[in-house]
Amino acid sequence: MDRILRVNLTDLTTRTEETPAAWAGLGGRALTSTLVAKEVPPACHPLGPNNKLVFAPGLLSGTSASNSGRLSCGAKSPLTGGIKESNVGGTAAQMFARLGIKALVIEGLPKGDAWYGLRVTKDGVAIQEERELIGRNNFAVLEAIEGRLGKKAGVICIGTAGEMRVTAANISVRDPSGKLRSHGRGGLGAVMGSKRIKFITIEDEGAPGIQLADPEKFKAASRVFTKALMDHPVSGTGLPTYGTNVLVNILHEAGGLPTRNFTSGRFDGHDAICGETMHDTIVARGGKPRHGCHAGCVIQCSQVYNDAGGNYLTSGFEYETIWGLGANCTITDLDDIATADSLMDDLGIDSIETAVAFGVAMEAGILPWGDGKEVLRILREEVGRGTALGRVIASGAGAVGRTYGITRVPVVKNQGIPAYDPRSVKGIGITYATSTMGADHTAGYTIATNILNVGGQVDPLRKDGQVELSRNLQIATAAIDSTGMCIFIAFPALDVPECLPALIDMINARFGAELTGDDVAALGKTVLKTERAFNMAAGMTPVHDRLPEFFRTDPVAPHDAVWDFTDEEVDAFWNF
Amino acid sequence: MVITVKLFAHFRHGRFKEAEKAFPEGVDCLHVIHSLDFTARDMGIVMVNGLHAALDRTLQDRDTLALFPLVGGG
Repeated sequence: MDRILRVNLTDLTTRTEETPAAWAGLGGRALTSTLVAKEVPPACHPLGPNNKLVFAPGLLSGTSASNSGRLSCGAKSPLTGGIKESNVGGTAAQMFARLGIKALVIEGLPKGDAWYGLRVTKDGVAIQEERELIGRNNFAVLEAIEGRLGKKAGVICIGTAGEMRVTAANISVRDPSGKLRSHGRGGLGAVMGSKRIKFITIEDEGAPGIQLADPEKFKAASRVFTKALMDHPVSGTGLPTYGTNVLVNILHEAGGLPTRNFTSGRFDGHDAICGETMHDTIVARGGKPRHGCHAGCVIQCSQVYNDAGGNYLTSGFEYETIWGLGANCTITDLDDIATADSLMDDLGIDSIETAVAFGVAMEAGILPWGDGKEVLRILREEVGRGTALGRVIASGAGAVGRTYGITRVPVVKNQGIPAYDPRSVKGIGITYATSTMGADHTAGYTIATNILNVGGQVDPLRKDGQVELSRNLQIATAAIDSTGMCIFIAFPALDVPECLPALIDMINARFGAELTGDDVAALGKTVLKTERAFNMAAGMTPVHDRLPEFFRTDPVAPHDAVWDFTDEEVDAFWNF
Repeated sequence: MVITVKLFAHFRHGRFKEAEKAFPEGVDCLHVIHSLDFTARDMGIVMVNGLHAALDRTLQDRDTLALFPLVGGG
């Protein structure tokens, strides 16, 4: 039976518990959200002693199932004031699962000024005071821990932004290449910093490993599942070749590429930052157009981006980051954007929240539009040194807007709106408005059906069908986020009939269960309603399920689209 | 009539990124697709002037036709 490890920083104790029977069928987001909802007082301060930081591998993590290596992290978010789950690749989820760890729960607050590291092994978790790495950023931390424990050790850590407890601070997880991936959204790095945990290391020597209830059935289902991923044109060919950044040209053409802080849906400089240009640049410089964020990924949507001299510059360089500093801040030098990506990774700040914050900062006149070099200076000299301006920007778009008196602030529940304009891609607007996470495209990725013709077609500019589309996708996503699966399995799952049954068969073969598709949908609904109830108890109301006013009043080119849903239409999302 | 044709992702290989092409009045999207040695099955997303369009959509002079294979991201 998998265990739950608990670390209490208030009295510096640890303990190992058996998993309660009610939680045995939960993993990933279902477990982090259930645990946070049950144990964290909704009205608590997110950086105070009553918040808890929870890590949980998915139900299939640690098995040979393709793309099952995602780790969920949950807490009350200091950015949104609501519940948060953010999931990530890297090596940690699979190591936790092989160690038989269902969840790691970090509670309380230390009384003094000391910082700590946590060391997870087959014997449990130990708290160790840390001095050397305090004040250091992520890449230095990863290198130092590799020196201490070797290349195999898993690492979960925060940079100096997490130490400063700014609300764009993220949590980094070591990836198979020794670089990092991020629990990006919602300021979870600030929660880790509040608990004065600089890093968590994981060593899986002597781990019991995964015991499959029915290995033969698992193998057969896994084969069908992997074939579906490989056969679908998006997950099998498109994502491996061009990565997520292929979306720049698609959204530009569709008029849904938010430009110059959401004042246009098209960006004149799109060609300089698009996926096609990036692919050719990566190949010409000897980088890697294909790269996986975790072992067992067959989609390989990530990449390694080299500088003009052919030296490593960054990896995990995604569409949302490139959109955010590119179209949204009108920066056309892809090398500047890549350098900023690396700096944000190193400091430990969310590259979506920070990029949206820079767009608002440019509107406020703090720096000129399109000035990539000034973005780099601010990241190094203001955020990096913890100046007042640096802390405002690293607290996200909402903080910049409030500090400088700006009204065009693209946030929902204080979380920055990512790379798809909700006026011209209306389904994603419903997701931004209603998601328990704040504005989060991954919570119900209607772009698939609104723009990409995956899972059918719902006209992006009309209201018809958008609420139902977003609802169905948010329910499915909440379930997928609980399995440890990458969200990109949704592309084949929407189109290939064998894909979802094979996923359910793998879960059944792993645990000896007899779940049906209806059970999995019910799990997704329960997760959403649990999260919603937490948010309401934390003080949110249906008024928090609204887009900023300017989307209603300012039409966006080229289609002159506005956000035109009534409050009643948006609230109907929750009718399930 | 003149149509601006834009190609994306691997559709550009051995072809072009963007070109103005002359076609007889009244042709539809599929006519242009076939003229570029694509089939209907190759198409992921077809947009005319930034709006999703059916393959039998009749084109007008100075329309912009954008052709994408089935790709995605997020």
